[in-house]
Amino acid sequence: MRIQFRLNGRPVAVDVPPGRRLLDLLREDLGLIGTKEGCGEGECGACTVVVDGKPRLACLTAAVQVEGKDVLTIEGLSEAGQLDPLQEAFIETAGVQCGFCTPGLVMAAYALLRENPRPTRDEVRAYLSGNLCRCTGYAQVVEAVLRAAEKACPR
Amino acid sequence: MHTTGLAEIVRPRDLAEAVRLAAEGGEPLAGGTDLFVRLRKGVERPPFLVYIGDLPELRRISVGESKVEIGAAATHAEILASPAAARLPILRLALEAIASPAIRAMGTLGGNLANASPAGDGLIPLYLLGARVNLVGPDGERALAVEEFVLGPGKTALRPGEVIRSLDLPFPEGAPRAYFRKVGRRRALIIAIASLGALLWLRDGTIERARLALGSVAPTVVRPREVEQALVGRPLAPDALADLVEALSAATRPISDLRASAGYRRTVAGRLLLDLACTISPGG
Repeated sequence: MRIQFRLNGRPVAVDVPPGRRLLDLLREDLGLIGTKEGCGEGECGACTVVVDGKPRLACLTAAVQVEGKDVLTIEGLSEAGQLDPLQEAFIETAGVQCGFCTPGLVMAAYALLRENPRPTRDEVRAYLSGNLCRCTGYAQVVEAVLRAAEKACPR
Repeated sequence: MHTTGLAEIVRPRDLAEAVRLAAEGGEPLAGGTDLFVRLRKGVERPPFLVYIGDLPELRRISVGESKVEIGAAATHAEILASPAAARLPILRLALEAIASPAIRAMGTLGGNLANASPAGDGLIPLYLLGARVNLVGPDGERALAVEEFVLGPGKTALRPGEVIRSLDLPFPEGAPRAYFRKVGRRRALIIAIASLGALLWLRDGTIERARLALGSVAPTVVRPREVEQALVGRPLAPDALADLVEALSAATRPISDLRASAGYRRTVAGRLLLDLACTISPGG
């Protein structure tokens, strides 16, 4: 089946079985390996991408479900060679350790700030509750998101 | 068929075509948050899937005078952002408790209902509000009360070829207070060990009417009607409800599984009544 959608701002058309997972489409067919597979069943959030502005788990999404939609992956945040302020903030606060969960966390945080540009600490914690991280203990991650929000809209 | 092989998915142009495909044996796919997990584990092998998630006629949410009608493929996030959630606090409380933002942006209330899991958070408000399920199939349309629709874990009254079109949620009379609590280990993504939802009509701190719905403690969500009756006329205070904790526990038929023992489920389900009394303030 021919599937067309926007990927990181550019139109793409691919010939894939409609049931191919978005995760495999991104990683194996299109070479975008920033999106990670953790549990493969929607428990860990490592494969979070943003579709039409909302967070979505690429491991539980079939190719046919993004037809005509706007898909943003971690690669799309730093296209011009410039890191997104969220990514900068993760580096500054040491919100990255082994890094495996980071793309998913950054994309979930990106969706949060789109919805709610100045979240409280509790709102950040609640929004990222679907993303597991076994290294950081989350404190630095939450700090990073708050810092990026502060930078983008200072009060 | 290989258990981890790709599911064949067809994309109907409209609801009528979806019904035709379902009648040929296709299983409806909306958000996929549960279905893809089951397919991957090989516990279910439908011949093909019918993707209904983007059909506009299944995504509408309309607020009428006496009810809210929610299309079967409206996502939890869309419902939460709609006037429907503002008008029905019990719906908002339950949907906010579902998993994580990503899952809420994918999963649908229609899917929650079709899965008929006794642990489905989204089902609790449907039982409390007396929701009706609008179905469309090869022989036309029909509607069922939610309690007639859900028959057991994963079992529904759907006939071959029938698809859930929408859910009617009637507005309750007056202004009942809403309560929802689920017990589990991890707030996001937890499958409830036990949950309790309630609508309480209060006057001067006394319960005039009550509806309760328990999740995860029986083959389906249950309305403990004897306890609902026994609450009438009592003040809303933990002391005044303490003797009904046992009765609420007795309304459950729990199983033991990976997440909790039957005994724990029975005990905690009853004690959620005390949490309810502590959470809802009698005034206001």
